[in-house]
Amino acid sequence: MELDWYLGLSAVLFSIGVIGVLTRRNAIVILMCAELMLNAVNLTLVSLSAQMGDIHGQILVFFSLSVAAAEAAVGLAIIIAIYRNHLSVDITKINLLRW
Amino acid sequence: MESVNELLTISPIVIIGFAGLFVMMLDAFTGNARWSFYASLFFCLAALAGAVQNVLGPTGTSFYSLVYYGGTASFGAVLVLTGTLFSLCLSKDYLEQTGNHIAEVYSLVLFAAFGMLLLVQANHMIVLFLGIESMSIALYALAGLLRDQKKSVEAALKYFLLGAFSTGFLLYGIALLYGSTGSLALPEIAEASDKGVMYWAGVGLLFTGFFFKVSAVPFHMWTPDVYQGSPTTVTAFMATASKSAAFVAFILVLSRALPDTSQQWQEVLWIFAVFTMVIGNLLALVQENIKRMLAYSSIAHAGYIMVGLAATSGAAYSAVLYYLFAYTLMNVGAFGVVAYYECHKNCDFTEIKNYAGLGFKKPIMGILMSVFLFSMVGIPPFAGFIGKYRVFAAAIDEGLISLVIIGVLASAISVYYYLSVLVYLYMKEDETGMVMKRPSTLYSLALIILALLTIYFGVHPGLLTDFLGSFYSVTW
Repeated sequence: MELDWYLGLSAVLFSIGVIGVLTRRNAIVILMCAELMLNAVNLTLVSLSAQMGDIHGQILVFFSLSVAAAEAAVGLAIIIAIYRNHLSVDITKINLLRW
Repeated sequence: MESVNELLTISPIVIIGFAGLFVMMLDAFTGNARWSFYASLFFCLAALAGAVQNVLGPTGTSFYSLVYYGGTASFGAVLVLTGTLFSLCLSKDYLEQTGNHIAEVYSLVLFAAFGMLLLVQANHMIVLFLGIESMSIALYALAGLLRDQKKSVEAALKYFLLGAFSTGFLLYGIALLYGSTGSLALPEIAEASDKGVMYWAGVGLLFTGFFFKVSAVPFHMWTPDVYQGSPTTVTAFMATASKSAAFVAFILVLSRALPDTSQQWQEVLWIFAVFTMVIGNLLALVQENIKRMLAYSSIAHAGYIMVGLAATSGAAYSAVLYYLFAYTLMNVGAFGVVAYYECHKNCDFTEIKNYAGLGFKKPIMGILMSVFLFSMVGIPPFAGFIGKYRVFAAAIDEGLISLVIIGVLASAISVYYYLSVLVYLYMKEDETGMVMKRPSTLYSLALIILALLTIYFGVHPGLLTDFLGSFYSVTW
């Protein structure tokens, strides 16, 4: 069945995003991986929505796209602020707060 | 007329959403942070009045069943607005004294509160997702408010990265539930009969997303860092309003969308509640920074609340609502007292050891702190005791006896770290000899009201518990 391919692809993309967030050290790359996770979910939603002939899933995709955009805006602003303070965006070097 | 009535059912959301925009514009045109403060206070009170009116009124759904009003949802709005109102009252003085009175705080707080209100009234996954995201995005910005302070920006970064990560899980959970049940509306998800692999994967991912938001162990790593790094009154807001909102939404999802499978997910909540209570309390023991200690204590409180969720009965849900109310009062209060001490710049009053002898210097602040901390320990006659008692009693009625035993033992550990603050306040000698400032009238009034409410609802809980029980037709 065709739907399985779409779901499988988005599961793979989602997993790549999760692994990226957990293993990368650059804050911007982590942000990109988080965005990849959201877009993988969007693929799931669109394919399920098309399969079921139900429009709600596609509407949720519109909202999740705009949320992702807002999140990226705030996130990049925070990363700029981090860079100004630490002159680095390597999260292993940003460790004032521990335990 | 019909549409006006529909708008009234979401009046807190409308008022707070408008207020956020208004306060933002007010700041742009006048540049006076005081006006923004008074305007946001006014709108917050108006929204609280709207929420109280809704909670006393009938329950139902409006806007094509997108939002749910009355009962649990509107009481959630009351919780959120109580937390918002009191943390706003404390914010002005704290930010002025620490030299960071930025007017954007107020519009950001209001936008975050808007998201929380949307979240607690959600009856549809799209509304829930939008609520959780508008709340989170505003909170990321609030955590990094002091953008030239390394700690604040670091807190914002950690909050943002983990928050964005958890959003992915939440959304994937929603998508898979949609795929397996064919709907995004909470009641329709409950009606679906097919409970295959996709359904369970969806439930699991949705739970993961919620566990991040309520900071359940092992998804709690961001909490202490964010609570320590953010400005203290913002922390008070995050710790109370956002957590109450997330828990109320969790209750709504559990009781409206997933009631049939409660047997299965009850066990998941059981395990996470144990971890959250035990690890939260144990890590709080070793903290030297009071904000971090309160952060771990809020993780432990989330664990007690999850005991109530694991019980899954109507009595347990209404006990959780009561607990959230008590939690909001005492946590805003405790962070408020910490924020007052922090206004004295020549000493780092986030370190517990610097609290030596302060209880006698400012007796009223010392008494207030004692009230809030005793309430968190769960000692009668304070509201925290009744909350804990109700939650544990409801869990015992559902047969979760071993879970309650673990909970009571864990809360016995908590006595040590709460009371050690009091030991410093009253039983150590002060060596610095510094002079304490006088807090402003509004500030001390807000704290005194919080303490009086904590005592009132501890001595006389019947009114509220009966009312909350009526949401689930439970008699105490």
